Amino acid sequence: MKKTVMINLCLLLTLLFSVYGFAGGLDLFEGLSGTLRIAGGTAHIKCEMLAGKRIMRRFPGITIIIGGGGSGVGIKQLCEGLIDIGNTGRAPTAAEIERCNLNVYKFAVDGIAVIVNPQRKIQNISTAQLVNVFSGKTTNWKELGGPDATINVYTRDSESGTRKVFWKKGLKRAPITRRANFVKSNAAMKTAVAGDPLGIGYISLGVADSSVKPLAIDGIYPSIENVKTGKYKIARGLYMNTRGKPGGLARAFIDYMLSPEGQELVKGCGFLPVK
Amino acid sequence: MMDCRRKAQISRAILVLSTVVTGSMALVIFLFLFRFSLPLFSSGSLGKFLSKNWDPDAGAFGVYPMIAGSACIASLAMVLAAPLGVALAVFMELYAGSRFSRFLRYFVELMSGIPTVVYGFSALFILVPLVRNTFRYGSGFCVLSASLVLALLVIPTVSLITMDRIREVPRDFVLAAGSLGASRLETLLRVQLPYAWRGVISAVVLGGGRALGDTIIALMLAGNAVSVPSSLLDSARTLTAHIALVSAADYESLSFKAIFLCGLVLFLFSMFSIVFLRVVERLKE
Repeated sequence: MKKTVMINLCLLLTLLFSVYGFAGGLDLFEGLSGTLRIAGGTAHIKCEMLAGKRIMRRFPGITIIIGGGGSGVGIKQLCEGLIDIGNTGRAPTAAEIERCNLNVYKFAVDGIAVIVNPQRKIQNISTAQLVNVFSGKTTNWKELGGPDATINVYTRDSESGTRKVFWKKGLKRAPITRRANFVKSNAAMKTAVAGDPLGIGYISLGVADSSVKPLAIDGIYPSIENVKTGKYKIARGLYMNTRGKPGGLARAFIDYMLSPEGQELVKGCGFLPVK
Repeated sequence: MMDCRRKAQISRAILVLSTVVTGSMALVIFLFLFRFSLPLFSSGSLGKFLSKNWDPDAGAFGVYPMIAGSACIASLAMVLAAPLGVALAVFMELYAGSRFSRFLRYFVELMSGIPTVVYGFSALFILVPLVRNTFRYGSGFCVLSASLVLALLVIPTVSLITMDRIREVPRDFVLAAGSLGASRLETLLRVQLPYAWRGVISAVVLGGGRALGDTIIALMLAGNAVSVPSSLLDSARTLTAHIALVSAADYESLSFKAIFLCGLVLFLFSMFSIVFLRVVERLKE
């Protein structure tokens, strides 16, 4: 009898602590109000939205607006003072850091997967094949062991950090074919390839879901474990940047994303936490 | 108490002010565009910006594919929308006064008010897979898909303007045609439509301006490839979509300058079409 009471007490304490621990992360926003504007990289959006919802639910005086546009847009709008935090899916360049006095905060590591429609039977693609497909030398699925049909290549615009990293690490800087279709965000990439049985594209691991099929490259599957061990090479940090030292809401938001609770959220989004 | 003359002076001042503000806006935009694209003309590198290659990674900033893309998509849209729009206007006039015609007119007005992104989004899930599966070529994101939806967007503009101009035909002509034994349809096709031909042309040119200026439909449906389309099923990029896609480049970069060239081309085109309209309106029979 006494034992059960003890166990119950322990449970209660654990529960209390966990509740307290939970509140710990969000307590950063105590006493703050106003609007926090974020834009740029599109891989970040889902995860930051989840955090934003939690924060806004608890503190109705805080509004968090999250937009896309791509990493380049994030930096540009940040420099112009239009937003408080600029998302980038690549490290900002030295020139960008100097020009806008950037403070850079890496909060997650993300992989970039090559995706096809789930109707395709292909499981693996070699780097050479990948380069040929994206540079327009291979144009038929037959050459990859598929049906006799044109390959529809999807790519992102030059503002995209995902494109920059994929081009450098996945395509070894080989040019992307001019016939490629352009989509505006990671989410749009998912919709495009999910809807096109002959499509191929590349996407943030955190944004990919079962509507598209990631391909192994040279036998290595793009999973977060393989990114963690360094076996899967096409990976990049996800960054939040501020102009000068962040204050107020921006400071609290960055601290929250780097707190244990924020990092748990990052993990839940399919990224690798940094802490 | 103000007397009448004072009141008239004040309202006149307000009218003049709003005219000046609106007019100078257009001028300021033009000067702004011109100022930013000036380096292109003075440095003699205009040819480079009008080349066929757009590849910022390789230092190529040609916007010719986008000019071609805009031209193809907008003209195909107009080839479809002009006859359909005019036919719709004639059809509505044929049954003018009936409840059916009034309903049709409300419906067309409603259509012209739908935000273009709604058309684009619906077509993304209905038209694009249909085009892909019907022609079994490409991704369905192509000139044809964008033009079909743009035509749908432009038809109300064309038919509403045409209809209003048909109605401006003097009543005497219509009555005279009727007394000579012409049917309602004959009167419309043989008397009213030929009389209102300038109106029909302005309707088509204004519709064309709308097709050329629309951004989101081409952005969502044309595929945005930076190559000159060689078939209706090829992916292409319009000037407007290009501006939307590349808008973020920093001020000093060449891609930013190329964007201003795109804006200038669009601006010049709309200016020429307005001048063209004025000339047409002044033409004597």
